[in-house]
Amino acid sequence: MERVSAASRVIAASIVAVLVAAAPPERAVGEEDEFADVRDRMVDKIEDIAGAVGPVDGRGGIDAAVLAAMRRVPRHLFVPDELVDLAYADRPLPIGYGQTISQPYIVALMTDLLDLEPDHVALELGTGSAYQAAILGELVSRAYSIEIVPELAAQAAARLARLGYENVTAREGDGYYGWPEHAPFDAIIVTAAASHVPPPLVKQLKPGGRMIIPVGSRFSVQHLLLVEKEAEGAVRTRQLLPVRFVPLTGGH
Amino acid sequence: MPFLLAVAALSAAALAYEVWLVRAFAIAQWHHFAHMVISVALLGYGASGTFLVFVRERLAERLIPGFALGAVLFGITAPAGYMVVRALPLNALELLWDPYQPLYLLVVYLALAFPFFCAAGAIGLALTLRPKAIGRIYCADLVGAGAGALAIVGALLLVPTGECLGLISGLGFAAAALVLIFQAPARKWGMALIVPAIAAPLLWPAEWSTPRPSPYKELSTALQVPGRHIVAERHSPLAWLTVVDSGATPFRHAPGLSLSAESEPPSQLGVFTDGGAMTAINRFDGDLETAAYLDATTAALPYHLLRRPRVLILGAGGGSDLLLARYHDAAKIDAVELNADMVDLVGSRFADFAGNLHQMPGITIHVAEARSFVAAEQRHFDVIQIALLDSFSAAASGLHALNESTLYTVEALQSYVDRLAPGGMLAITRWLAVPPRDGLRLFATAVQALRAAGVDEPGTRLALVRSWKTSTLLVKNGPFSSADLSTIRSFCRERSFDLAFLPGMTADEANRFNLLDRPHFFEGATALLGPESEAFLDRYKFDVVPTTDDRPYFFHFLKWRTIGELLGMGSGGLHLLEAGSLILAATLLQAVLLGTVLILAPLTALRKRGLGEASQPLLRIRVSIYFLAIGLAFLFIEIAFIQRFMLLLGHPIYAVAVVLSGFLIFAGLGSGAANILSRRLGVTRGQIIWLATASIGVLAILDLLIAADLFNALRAWPQPMKIAAALGLIGPLAFFMGMPFPLGLAHTADHAPALVPWAWGINGCASVVSAVLATVLALHFGFTAVVLLALGLYVTAALSLFLRSESSRPPPLRF
Repeated sequence: MERVSAASRVIAASIVAVLVAAAPPERAVGEEDEFADVRDRMVDKIEDIAGAVGPVDGRGGIDAAVLAAMRRVPRHLFVPDELVDLAYADRPLPIGYGQTISQPYIVALMTDLLDLEPDHVALELGTGSAYQAAILGELVSRAYSIEIVPELAAQAAARLARLGYENVTAREGDGYYGWPEHAPFDAIIVTAAASHVPPPLVKQLKPGGRMIIPVGSRFSVQHLLLVEKEAEGAVRTRQLLPVRFVPLTGGH
Repeated sequence: MPFLLAVAALSAAALAYEVWLVRAFAIAQWHHFAHMVISVALLGYGASGTFLVFVRERLAERLIPGFALGAVLFGITAPAGYMVVRALPLNALELLWDPYQPLYLLVVYLALAFPFFCAAGAIGLALTLRPKAIGRIYCADLVGAGAGALAIVGALLLVPTGECLGLISGLGFAAAALVLIFQAPARKWGMALIVPAIAAPLLWPAEWSTPRPSPYKELSTALQVPGRHIVAERHSPLAWLTVVDSGATPFRHAPGLSLSAESEPPSQLGVFTDGGAMTAINRFDGDLETAAYLDATTAALPYHLLRRPRVLILGAGGGSDLLLARYHDAAKIDAVELNADMVDLVGSRFADFAGNLHQMPGITIHVAEARSFVAAEQRHFDVIQIALLDSFSAAASGLHALNESTLYTVEALQSYVDRLAPGGMLAITRWLAVPPRDGLRLFATAVQALRAAGVDEPGTRLALVRSWKTSTLLVKNGPFSSADLSTIRSFCRERSFDLAFLPGMTADEANRFNLLDRPHFFEGATALLGPESEAFLDRYKFDVVPTTDDRPYFFHFLKWRTIGELLGMGSGGLHLLEAGSLILAATLLQAVLLGTVLILAPLTALRKRGLGEASQPLLRIRVSIYFLAIGLAFLFIEIAFIQRFMLLLGHPIYAVAVVLSGFLIFAGLGSGAANILSRRLGVTRGQIIWLATASIGVLAILDLLIAADLFNALRAWPQPMKIAAALGLIGPLAFFMGMPFPLGLAHTADHAPALVPWAWGINGCASVVSAVLATVLALHFGFTAVVLLALGLYVTAALSLFLRSESSRPPPLRF
């Protein structure tokens, strides 16, 4: 019984994926769409939060290029149909398979912490809805993304193709060993839960590169782990709180 | 007699349902959430009192059909209510995000409150309409509940969780059948009800009530990966264990593995507890190199300081710590595991996969609770290792905030250090929280434990190292040598771990690889060792004061004054609040508000009908104080004593089964005895109440005074003797605690019968609030304070209703 329903779920999901892939592009990127205003408001909200939180890792506010990218990517096309109205709210949303699309502020903050440049090559583990991958695609020359849940991987690949993200490649698979063919990477973002930082990924990070890992549950990020590889190859990690926190031992 | 049996059966079914729901919610959602839902649903008890105030007169001649109706409705709504809950897309994680979630929660409350309302309504009706039999009915109610507690623990041991619901439902129908069969006109109805009483347990489709884990639990997300599937399951009242084959994508479970690790975990089976808290069974073929990855975790540190140690592992789990000890050539390994199912899975069902780890020469596995095992142990060990078995996400989000943990208290650490051979080491690995919490509290606790053991300079015996994800504290029986210190330094350097504290280390050695905004651990540890320790604990944003057996909330870090600051951060700050504490506060608030409404609502009706009339406004106040006080006090003591006896009985299942059912059954006997004393022997109620109050006071204080010493003396005893001793301590106390309720109710029935259902409702609401309040109070003041407060409440109760001896003399009955 269990197996039958599991199989039917897979089939249903595949059909959905095929339909999504076959659907004509209703709204292309860059086109003036009805969501442009709410998207601007979402970005304003991100700036508000960043202002209230204050410096994270010594930087004040989110980089303008990251904010511009978030103004462009149509987030409402990355959420399930029934949640489109909530697409631009500053909250994580369920996308099925026990996964979520992250809160916009957290996406902005993580992207910002990667210090991306237009000529960078970036890797993402845990494609999910592909929203983060699309943001990366806006900012770097090439982005690669790996998703372990086949249904999500199929949907994400179809979505990226439909929206014209030609510089983003998504595939299904186990991300532990990274993507050696395209390594090394300037930036790596790991949104899939892991009990440790996979050492093979650290090896695929370029000297001077940065890796970011959110730590916590699907609906609440407790802190961010930033892995930095210095020019001479030494690796350091830092744990950053996505909130303003006055010093732990008294009000300075 | 059949009627009393029916009362007992219905009461047993309701209590079994309550315990079952805790399990079901722990599997489907998260444990802390279970308590909130069930606490609020239990207000169905209070609501039944409110309802009976209104319908009492209309049902005056209809006790039997009324009771039967309540029991039948319980039999129907207990499973139906859960099916409603199961169908809802409730997601505890989304409660703060999604405006629909609170709505779902409300439906859950209503769906689950209704069965309790029906059962309590039937029993309350009996108490209201049979004032002369109050003592016997209450006795049957309590004894039944006690038996229900035992029965559900037995049922959860024997059958899968989902099947228990049919048994509970059947018991409800059986209670109805029992009262009707012996009533001539209704006999055929009674006979007819035997059918569902038997059919429900046999035919109930278990899959309708098998809890479904939330899609966001670790087990659910693990199963999304192609090829992964469940290969074994185990059910018990303690946990639902599932073993998952990893398929083509390995689990690679290695918490806090060094970023520079060269080796990977071998193929693993994932073992999930209630759908979360994964532990791994490693594939082991005798080649110890497959366990090399474990050497790249902070837990490996003690093995670099000792040769061929005799090892005691507290928390064997899937066996990683055994492999680690084996990898480092331990001379002998004893490992303690609480859950017999876990031992069966690793040691027998998957013994081939695990390389017969449990059967290897030199390895001995003990099914026991860690504290009681250590207390009973006579041998000394070179390494005592406390494993990291709770899940990271649960620890990080503060889900455990309200779980008592006697594993990490000052007394616990003292008992572990006491079992160390000279030069031996206690090694405790914890998740690393940001901002730092567990690690510092554990350090503070160790400092206090060493000081209490007469060590003048605890700083010479402590070392704390950390990765980005875990920290390991070493407590040495003796000062660290300079060779030890240089080994620790190189161990950390090779693995990019940080020194958090070492005797004699300098500030510039701290915070090098995994950078926090300041060297919080070093600064904290140094402060905790110095004269500034009190000031530091006071100043620190989180509560990291050492925990004790009296206040064993190791995972509760929230300080009241920090809450405001965290709330001011908006959604980001909420994540730093402990979910457990938030939920406790929400539960208390809801219970107090709803309880107040339920208690006050009937007053207008009572006034309108001139009942509890003008001549007796004072009586109304006295009745309300009385039942509020004893309702609060009973559960205060019950909860505090369950907590204390957990230490003696070790296993939480024994503790709950023995202490809870013992409490209820002895209290039931006490209420029966009060009845006999007052009705047959002519002792006035006032005299009995004062006797009971004085006895409760003396016995509770005696228990508080001798418990710690007595437990130490008894810990090495065999389990049946411990259970007998526990019952010997609880029995007399509970016996007298069973008296105030029926005596007060009989008194109320004599003076103002209309207030009887109201008193039943007040007691129901007070019990719910009490259970939550007991935790809040224990968090801040400890369990001793909770017990003392309960004694004050008993005295208040006695004073409120039985101050003058003449008022306790029953006037002629009015009906």
